[in-house]
Amino acid sequence: MSRRLKIGGRLIDRSRPVTFTFDGRELRGYAGDTLASALLANGRMVMGRSFKYHRPRSVVGAGPEEPNALMGVGEGARFEPNRRATLQEVYEGLTARSQNAWPSLGLDIGRMNDYGSRFLPAGFYYKTFIHPRPLWKHVFEPFIRKAAGLGAAPEQADADTYAHRYAYCDTLIAGGGVAGLLAAKAAGEAGERVMLVESRADWGGRSVTDGAEIDGKAADTWVKDILQHLDGMENVVRMSRCEASGVYDHGYVLCTENLTDHTSHKDGPRERLWRVRAGRVVAATGAIERPLSFAGNDVPGVLLASALRDYVVNHAVSMGERTVIVTNNDDAYRTAKVLLKAGLRVPAILDVRSAAGSAIVNEVKAMGVAVHHGRGIAKVHGDDRVTGVSVCLQAGEGHVMQEIRCDCVAMSGGWSPVVHLWSHCGGKLWWDEVRAMFRPDPDNPPSGADGQGFVTAIGAASGALTTAEVLADAAEAMDTEAPVCVAEEEGPIQPVWIMPEAAGPKLRTKMWLDFQNDVKVSDVRLAAQEGFESVEHAKRYTTLGMATDQGKLSNINGLAVLADRLDTTIPQVGTTTFRPPYTPVTIGTLAGEARGVVFQPLRRTPMHDWHEAQGAYWEPVGHWRRPYCYPKDGESHDEAVTREIRATRNSLGLLDASTLGKILVRGPDAAKFMDMLYTNMMSSLKPGRCRYGLMCDEQGFLMDDGVVARIDDQTFLCHTTTGGADRIHGWMEDWLQCEWWDWKVHAINVTEQFAQIAVVGPNARKVLEKLGGMDVSAEMLPFMAWADGTLGGFDLRAYRISFSGELSYELAVPATQGLALWEALIAAGAEFGVTPYGTEALHVMRAEKGFIMIGDETDGTVVPQDLGLDWAISKKKEDFLGKRGQQRSEFQKADRWKLVGLETIDGKPLEEGAYAIGEGRNANGQQRVQGRVTSTYMSPTLGRGIAMGLIERGSERMGETVRFSRIGQGPQEARIVNTVFFDPEGEKANV
Amino acid sequence: MLLLTCPCCGLSVEETELAPGGEAHLKRVGPDGSDTSFEQYLFKRENRKGVHFERWRHAYGCGKWFLAARDTATLEVFGTYPAQTTEPPAEIRMKIEKGSRG
Amino acid sequence: MSDLTVERLPPLGMVTIRGELSKIGDAIVGETGCAVPAPRMSERSGERQLLWMSPDELMLVCEYGEAGATADALTARFGDAFATVVNTSDARQVFALSGQHAEDALASLMPVDFARMKAEEVRRTRMAQIPAAIWREGEGWRLICFRSVATYAEDLLRGAKTVGG
Repeated sequence: MSRRLKIGGRLIDRSRPVTFTFDGRELRGYAGDTLASALLANGRMVMGRSFKYHRPRSVVGAGPEEPNALMGVGEGARFEPNRRATLQEVYEGLTARSQNAWPSLGLDIGRMNDYGSRFLPAGFYYKTFIHPRPLWKHVFEPFIRKAAGLGAAPEQADADTYAHRYAYCDTLIAGGGVAGLLAAKAAGEAGERVMLVESRADWGGRSVTDGAEIDGKAADTWVKDILQHLDGMENVVRMSRCEASGVYDHGYVLCTENLTDHTSHKDGPRERLWRVRAGRVVAATGAIERPLSFAGNDVPGVLLASALRDYVVNHAVSMGERTVIVTNNDDAYRTAKVLLKAGLRVPAILDVRSAAGSAIVNEVKAMGVAVHHGRGIAKVHGDDRVTGVSVCLQAGEGHVMQEIRCDCVAMSGGWSPVVHLWSHCGGKLWWDEVRAMFRPDPDNPPSGADGQGFVTAIGAASGALTTAEVLADAAEAMDTEAPVCVAEEEGPIQPVWIMPEAAGPKLRTKMWLDFQNDVKVSDVRLAAQEGFESVEHAKRYTTLGMATDQGKLSNINGLAVLADRLDTTIPQVGTTTFRPPYTPVTIGTLAGEARGVVFQPLRRTPMHDWHEAQGAYWEPVGHWRRPYCYPKDGESHDEAVTREIRATRNSLGLLDASTLGKILVRGPDAAKFMDMLYTNMMSSLKPGRCRYGLMCDEQGFLMDDGVVARIDDQTFLCHTTTGGADRIHGWMEDWLQCEWWDWKVHAINVTEQFAQIAVVGPNARKVLEKLGGMDVSAEMLPFMAWADGTLGGFDLRAYRISFSGELSYELAVPATQGLALWEALIAAGAEFGVTPYGTEALHVMRAEKGFIMIGDETDGTVVPQDLGLDWAISKKKEDFLGKRGQQRSEFQKADRWKLVGLETIDGKPLEEGAYAIGEGRNANGQQRVQGRVTSTYMSPTLGRGIAMGLIERGSERMGETVRFSRIGQGPQEARIVNTVFFDPEGEKANV
Repeated sequence: MLLLTCPCCGLSVEETELAPGGEAHLKRVGPDGSDTSFEQYLFKRENRKGVHFERWRHAYGCGKWFLAARDTATLEVFGTYPAQTTEPPAEIRMKIEKGSRG
Repeated sequence: MSDLTVERLPPLGMVTIRGELSKIGDAIVGETGCAVPAPRMSERSGERQLLWMSPDELMLVCEYGEAGATADALTARFGDAFATVVNTSDARQVFALSGQHAEDALASLMPVDFARMKAEEVRRTRMAQIPAAIWREGEGWRLICFRSVATYAEDLLRGAKTVGG
């Protein structure tokens, strides 16, 4: 059983005990413990269940590579699944719970998958559940979805907040081990702006754990001194608990800083996302030890030799009393030394190498440890924990030579540099045959904007292994002097990809590669056999490396097995793609401040608060909020809309039209430019007058419309749709800057400068006259004219334009006057029963008049000719944007769908987007359609459903009856009529 | 995420401050153009693995359009230059020739 | 607690001036008293300030009440030159930011390298999801954004999470 050792533990503070709970039970640990080390200290070995077979699992690692010990941490609104127990620091009051086990971690029903595991090889689900097809959706998928997945999703909204921070530096150093520290010192002393980030709470990395000596000092003293030196430099910023998660193009690096996950004080943001631009990235990210693939290598108690060393040295935790070490290299002998020093027993070291004579091997042998060369593990005994191992020759089929009783197995298959940051942006790797590892190829770094490499991998991340090597490598890369460090000679590694090398199928089905996703040697071999020869295919077929640890432990072993099965070499097979982030990042961190009221910008007109106070029901229009209607007590939205329309048609309505785009086009060539922008002839528009105009893209499709007012010879004011203002201004700038840059025209977006109010209805003139000031008579301000003047003391511009078919004025004032003018109109209009109306009343009234709406009647495939707007397309102009596009043969076809009015036979409105049913079936056997509804409303004015639609040859088919689809009901009939339902002569507006 | 220098205001800015505008140096085809040349103008775009000339607008800054010569595979930027040009400047072309690895 | 004060200021006079600065520069200097600023910089004269917005655009910041008349005077001075002057005093919201963590707060919302920003520089940039511009004013900052998103901007600034506190 795992336990706390009496002495040692360089990271724990025995004077600060903490209480935490795991699966409801209260446990004790020390400040400085990880959740994993604290659980081990309490004898809790089993920390999770595997994904597919639900096998009991304990830690195999001690860092970000850990595949097994994933837990739900926190409660309620602070619960998060899948947190790594090896990274989670314990604190007073922490609550954690195991996952993927039911009803409990000890007794898990899903384990039956394990007993039937030979029926569940790679691809089992793909092959089994494909027939019969209908069962997938209704039976298989729901069942598998329920069984699959690791942690449970949180059930409450996240109570924490998150922050972003932009930062800039010359050199970003990822990793605060000795290499990273030396690099920071060198770059800092060179005067560079330096950011140094370390994902863990402590500095110095493995050199400190392994007790190296640097510059004649103990490594931890050397680290303390260098940290103090760095803190004295203003140009150096260092952060612990901050992981460089991903390197992106042109020196962009995302670092995630944990602020509260390690403490019971949850005030302030939980995490900060550093959005860093670095001139250079130095990856000093270390290396990760590889497991060995032998039967039963996932039984609790089997772990990486380096991880075991970490637990003993850093946290004073032992995994067992008797540890068998199995290795193919010298590094594992360090673990033996550490265990012996802690008073734990090492009954045997199984070293697959036929001989090893380096200093450390001899030293361990001299300490009395039995070292068996050329041997490996045939099988691990035990179910919920290791009870012993069977020993065999590595060069054999697994014939058992000896049984050794033990409760822990420490394995070392060599080291893999953490090349993620090097590789995220395309840095290439080379296979070092001697060291059996993929290493960054300095000749092929990821390149930045200047074409030069911008990532440097140093230390263990570049393949250097001992402290002396690491420091020498870092010093060379940073062009600085290496500290003095005694070189430790190590014997060569002997690559081992399965143990024993000729193991048969029975053993191979118990050799785990990917612990979290339960991928075994046999699965990868099966994938190769079934033709998934590309490493990327084999990965997806077997799910190797697709778990939340992203194959940090499993990938190299997996592709070595694949290479062996394909009878090729490891570099030939290559690696899968390294993608950011290095470890999972919470969505909240990525979202940062963008949640709640600032999730998106909300645009408010100057009268927004007034609408709000009147209980407006809002409609989002782009980022704006516009009142849809203003329901009164007890009124439904439909009733409110009906009331607003009637009041406007009969007396007086007010609309906040401030959101409409307003773009000033000015200059000697303004008229020429306007003629190119609009399909209409705008150069002939007289100052003081307005004209409705259409804008098309170069394909000829209608993209925006609005009223243009000519201010003077050189000046036009273009109104655009609400959603079109920024887009159309950008469109104008594009043509002025990139095509006609010699034209003298300025386009200035003045949308935000003005508030605009539509005063609409038979009493519109009366209310303006009541306010008093300028002459708004039909003679002085006729339909489609504008004038500057004063009304009720407001300096304003009045446009006689109408989108409702009523007598209508739009009044524009500087935005700060908007609310005052609105309130003045409300007060003056009281005697006429003035009624503010919203967008729905606006829509219904424009539809009653047959006016089109961009986005309803248009969808990016409609030319103005389809809408019967030929009258607004100049035939005199040689050119305008979209003219050539509209000349294309497709738009000349006689069977184009044309805009018509639709009047239902039963008087009820048509359904939104309903299709006009045609004769027969198309080539795909589907019902033919001959058109569709573009706008449909209940018209209170006409007391019936009205609609507009695009119908094949529609304009030639007046009076015909067409059938329209309805969801869940039989078709509905409608008669094709003129688009103008109300006041076709336009008498009401022109008074 | 790219970093481009706006030649109009001199700032080196990240992609989130820019709006992309597709291929540069397109020649507009008006009403007199043949179907083939109009099709070329509207639809036919380079999709090169290599140096691409493209339009960007410094949308959150000075509002100006500019052009960039950028390798779509390595993301190397050979230079940015004003939109008021009909072809890449000689200086940038030379840099591309020198920089290309064949 | 972070030391940051966010204050919504009453509207300032703002006049947009478009044109070829080399041709209309003298007239601008004559009318405003401010020199024509170098690219991205600003120039002051008393209460007036000229901000460089783009190669063919300046913004005059002045008292709200004098913007209209100044715009008319500028237009008159430019005469036949190709230039456009518009009073846009109502289009934007001005914020004053002060306190030790003001820059810190801005750095959480804007992709700006503050260490490289000059004292007289005007930075037009992105603040979270909206366009904004900032410049230094005494010990603090001025920030402008479009009026319709003023509440969003204020919420962002007040909620900004600073590193310092």
